[in-house]
Amino acid sequence: MKRSGTEGFELTARPWLRRLLVSRWPQWSLMAVALAFFAYVVLAGFFGTPVGNRNIAITLVWIAWWAALVLVLVPVGGRLWCSICPIPAPGEWLQRGGLMASDGRRTRGLKRRWPRRLRSLWLQNAGFLALALFSAVILTTPRVTAWVLLGLVLLAVAVSLVFERRAFCRYLCPVGGFIGIYALAAPLALRVRDPDVCRTHPTKDCYRGNAQGFGCPWMTYPGTLDRNADCGLCLECLRTCPLDNVTVVLQPLGADLGPRRGRPPLSIDEAYKGFILLAAALVYGAVMMGPWSALKDAAFQVGSGPWFLYAAGLLLLALLLLPGLYLLAAWIGDRLARRPAGGLRRGFLLAATGLIPLGLGGWIAFSLGFLFANGSYVLSTLSDPLGWGWDLLGTAGLAWRPALTGLVPALQGAALVAGLAWATRLTSRAFAETTESRRAALRRAAPVLLLQAALGAALMGVML
Amino acid sequence: MSLPRAASLTLLALALAALVAPWPFTSPAVGERVVRLTARQFAFDPPQVEVAQGERVVLELTSADVVHGLYLDGYDIELKVDPGQRARASFIADQVGTFRMRCSVTCGPLHPFMIGELKVRPAGGGARILLGASLATLAGLVGLRDDDEALRD
Ligand code: SF4
Ligand code: SF4
Ligand SMILES: [Cu+2]
Repeated sequence: MKRSGTEGFELTARPWLRRLLVSRWPQWSLMAVALAFFAYVVLAGFFGTPVGNRNIAITLVWIAWWAALVLVLVPVGGRLWCSICPIPAPGEWLQRGGLMASDGRRTRGLKRRWPRRLRSLWLQNAGFLALALFSAVILTTPRVTAWVLLGLVLLAVAVSLVFERRAFCRYLCPVGGFIGIYALAAPLALRVRDPDVCRTHPTKDCYRGNAQGFGCPWMTYPGTLDRNADCGLCLECLRTCPLDNVTVVLQPLGADLGPRRGRPPLSIDEAYKGFILLAAALVYGAVMMGPWSALKDAAFQVGSGPWFLYAAGLLLLALLLLPGLYLLAAWIGDRLARRPAGGLRRGFLLAATGLIPLGLGGWIAFSLGFLFANGSYVLSTLSDPLGWGWDLLGTAGLAWRPALTGLVPALQGAALVAGLAWATRLTSRAFAETTESRRAALRRAAPVLLLQAALGAALMGVML
Repeated sequence: MSLPRAASLTLLALALAALVAPWPFTSPAVGERVVRLTARQFAFDPPQVEVAQGERVVLELTSADVVHGLYLDGYDIELKVDPGQRARASFIADQVGTFRMRCSVTCGPLHPFMIGELKVRPAGGGARILLGASLATLAGLVGLRDDDEALRD
């Protein structure tokens, strides 16, 4: 059973690496570079060509950054992107009263506490779905991408001025929701070495902040932190902890996806995030990689009749159909196992465990296809970012050419196969650890495993 | 390596092979197939084409609106066509599988998603996916025994 505290390989045991992470410079520099790119992208979106694949706003964000995020940063580093993300940077600097302030005892703004009723992923889920309905337009129209990015920054600034810490990141950011839920599958993690040291430490500097740094911006108490979703890897607690109890580790695969003190790994709002993202992977795969042009038109023509149908279909799949199928499978399992402990509610949440590896596999397969097919647009727009006929690096004339078309299906297949196999394993383990007997666990899990295999097959059908 | 882990990895490899490896049961067909495609923003018509392995395929592309292209994944074949014109390419469908045909000339906002499919039989499409998904699930279940053993130790 999982408990807080470290298990796995401690990266911060190396003094040089620890110094590098404790210092504010490296992280701040990366964030500043990201912010510069961000401004560049927004300007390009407003002033460059409206042709998507000729404008760097589209290619840099939706091909290069998205691929880096889904293929590398999230599966390996979890919330690593959050630690250098430019979106909350201006708001955070305002809160802290300086570009590189370090004294966590002084902060600005109204510092309201985030309302208790909103401390869940439901707002984030709604925000993600709202963007998802317009994704075909956002993905192809530079100006719309620019507005969305600018809107996120403005919202983040406004929230930072009214509420304390990074309420925007934790409860609102639609990208943050995507990253957070799949970060549960990542090996990189920040944890405390010994939870007992934290329990007996009276001042809890990591949560309150001190002269060395700020109290946890993600409103997490590191002393009991045991999962990646709640930690933005901002490294403040590494800086503030006077007892040197905080550490960065590479944990065993799936460590965050086991039952937590007998409770299912996901809460209900997180399970819904999993449904929404799995639905989005299936629908995007069909719209963007499938041959069905009517579907493409429907997704693109926002406001038209077909678009309303498309939007309704996506919402139905994400909010009713997928959860309904899982509920049905959990219900059958409940009956087969003769009403095991925790009942249907627990069975449903346990069943949702597999959504994380399954969905991540789907997103990796989707992003692989997109990256290798359209990566050459990134190279040509680097030379001609605004589509104005420049040729800065001599790559503007580069012809569009998909790369490695023979190999990509094999890579996509590998991601989907691994995702499904891992989902099977984690789901059965979660059932086994929270159900009285082996036999009951197997009966309880069987219908869910069957459903998972069917959804895995659906992803394979769409992506391959 | 423990037995369950070895078995699990083997099953994973088999699942992947079932999905993407060349299908062994082939009966090379001969003959010529002319495939007429019309490109328009943002689709190929017909969107899905099926041919048999070994056939000589003649692709004939016309455009109904603006300049379009066609790039065939896996075969590395490219065509470009002006509205009202006709472009041709021919090749032997020796690789089995489903290959995307992508527009290769920027033709508007949805251009990157202008995609058609060429299916070269016998791809065993449905059977492959069924087999792949089942083997992957099995791999996950077999791997589970490894956790049990680790717990017992
Ligand atoms: S300051 Fe350090 S020891 Fe104290 S509660 Fe926080 S992490 Fe634990
Ligand atoms: S302060 Fe520590 S626990 Fe909180 S988000 Fe930053 S790194 Fe994570
Ligand atoms: Cu085109």
